[in-house]
Amino acid sequence: MLTETKDTEWTTILKAKRHWWNIDFKEIWAYKDLIMLFVRRDFVAYYKQTILGPLWFLIQPLFTTVVFTVIFGKIANIPTNGIPPMLFYMAGVVCWNYFAECLNKTSNTFVSNAGIFGKVYFPRLVTPISVVISNLLTFLIQFALFMCFWFYFMSKGSDIHISPFVWFLPFLILQMACLGLGIGIIVSSMTTRYRDLTFAVGFGVQLWMYATPIVYPLSEVHGKLKILVMMNPMTPVIETFKSIFLGAGSINMNMLLYSWIEVIVILLIGIIMFSKVEKNFMDTV
Amino acid sequence: MSSDTNIVIRVEHLYKQYRLGVISHRTLYRELQTKWSRIKGREDPNSLITADDEFDPSNNSTFLALNDVSFDVRKGDVLGILGKNGAGKSTLLKVLSRVTTPSKGEVKIKGKIVSLLEVGTGFHPELTGRENVFLNGAIMGMNKREIATKFDEIVAFAEIEKFIDTPVKRYSSGMYVRLAFSVAAHLEPDILIVDEVLAVGDAEFQKKCLGKMQSVSEQDGRTVLFVSHNMDAVQRLCSSALLLRKGKVVTQGDTKSIIAEYLKSDTGFFGEKIWTREEAKGNKLVKLLAVRAKNENEMVAAEFKVTEPIDIEVEYEVQEEANYDVHIYFTNQTGAHLFLVSDVQAEKWRSTVRPKGIHKSICHIPANFLNDGAFNLLVAICSSPYSTHAVVENAIYLSIKDDFDKLGARGSMTQKWPDVAVRPLLNWDFEYNKD
Repeated sequence: MLTETKDTEWTTILKAKRHWWNIDFKEIWAYKDLIMLFVRRDFVAYYKQTILGPLWFLIQPLFTTVVFTVIFGKIANIPTNGIPPMLFYMAGVVCWNYFAECLNKTSNTFVSNAGIFGKVYFPRLVTPISVVISNLLTFLIQFALFMCFWFYFMSKGSDIHISPFVWFLPFLILQMACLGLGIGIIVSSMTTRYRDLTFAVGFGVQLWMYATPIVYPLSEVHGKLKILVMMNPMTPVIETFKSIFLGAGSINMNMLLYSWIEVIVILLIGIIMFSKVEKNFMDTV
Repeated sequence: MSSDTNIVIRVEHLYKQYRLGVISHRTLYRELQTKWSRIKGREDPNSLITADDEFDPSNNSTFLALNDVSFDVRKGDVLGILGKNGAGKSTLLKVLSRVTTPSKGEVKIKGKIVSLLEVGTGFHPELTGRENVFLNGAIMGMNKREIATKFDEIVAFAEIEKFIDTPVKRYSSGMYVRLAFSVAAHLEPDILIVDEVLAVGDAEFQKKCLGKMQSVSEQDGRTVLFVSHNMDAVQRLCSSALLLRKGKVVTQGDTKSIIAEYLKSDTGFFGEKIWTREEAKGNKLVKLLAVRAKNENEMVAAEFKVTEPIDIEVEYEVQEEANYDVHIYFTNQTGAHLFLVSDVQAEKWRSTVRPKGIHKSICHIPANFLNDGAFNLLVAICSSPYSTHAVVENAIYLSIKDDFDKLGARGSMTQKWPDVAVRPLLNWDFEYNKD
């Protein structure tokens, strides 16, 4: 034999214990094609066999916005700081949808993928990452809808303009993605042991929406309630988004920075919990 | 540690522990209940489901699916893994394919490993064949470019060129399996793990798959780990085999002897099977009471030498007299049917009604008739014309060993005897002319 291999040349060593910081990000990168194929699958499978197809991506935010406009704008008379109510609510709905979908769909990663995970190995994080990316496509479609309305209202003479801070937008999207992913994988790691959480997620996200300035402007919240709303990492994201496109409220850099720290901590905790659970979850699911 | 440089998988003292009792579907409430009773020093109301993740073999609420398993696999080997259900085969494959982690011990792997625990993992019914090939390939660890270069070959092997752009939900189950296996067969890993997947698909395609796997290991020097209950496939494919029993490696060696060992001690009932009246096979007319194999000394035995005669004794009770006959079907260790013998032409009962009472039909198998190997006997009692009253598959398993006796058909030949059903010592006549 000319090519001698030494005892040290093992490519993979499977052991009982693995340290929590030992997360192979390089390996996830090696599976980038799989991530993109999962994104494609989710997207294609979603609208195949539906009559309206991708139109569903538009119908949902449109109707939610209309309902919000009627209930909170017309009936409850919540002020929107002089912004056309339709635009005010749609901005919130589109952003919140992205975050909520990321959270909802990643929160059952282990349980709903048990079939695949039990048969073949690939870095498990590939699955929630692909979910976040395929939801990004949905978000972009819904964002385009929002921009259509934006131009419509501008041409009608509304006093709206895009702020110079528009370059913040990609970071806002990234922040929503990371937060949704982080909480989603924390929940999915815990649902392998506590199925109760599955029920809590849907309704928890709904409650969370009301703690975020979606249907009301932050300026309308006062006192202790305001502290609660400000602690919410989604608050600065929504406020900044509204400020960029609608000129409502101001961009609070401190709050934005603080929420970024929250997001990073949550995401790290999520990744650590996720990689701890992924080793043995097949034995408990 | 051996210095063999060709070892591509080394399993060292591998343990996998599972907890007994209900471990899934637990709720936060239960967990808190357990924690609370611990704080209070009370007995845990959910003690069966301790949250102990520590490796502790002495704990009797756990069991070891793998118990100190060690073995090496060399490059280019096709290793068959045999064992009863529950012997630990699937757990071993799951650990090797990284679906779950070991509780203790180590597995070292050299090269890219692909596991085929199921065909078509991740196939999505709404996607077309083409899309699924890419998706499935990527799940198995190939990148887009690799799949693209193999694509035509994959489709041709699966013989579904016409339907490649049809959603797979419209495929017949045969087409689905063909496409799925074809992707797997073209993955080109260094090590391929295959579990029972050949149990699906038509016979023709199964043959093709076996051929493909064979060429993969022979020409490309790839290593294959193969788990199957199809002894025929194991025999044909595997260069060596490993026998697992209750999570431990019993023996590792050449395929034929491991299969014989497996059939004898893990699946067989040895040389005798007796039924009580209540559990006897049969109907109101006739009941099968016992099947046994006896050697020259009238002793029940399961192991015989090639040069020994064997008596197969079938005991049955006739409750309604009729024109019965006893059939014995010989199948070999690979499950292939060899031959059928019957006492229908025996002089004593030919065209004669067998009266009520206990009967024995004894078949004499002469010495130097069966080849070496394991034989699996199916016994049936029928009556003419064409009614079957009792059938027992795997009635007895016999192991026939080559004793290298010069009086046998082998003579003084020392090379491997061909793998055939019988090794009869027949009579010859000779003619000779000097010119």
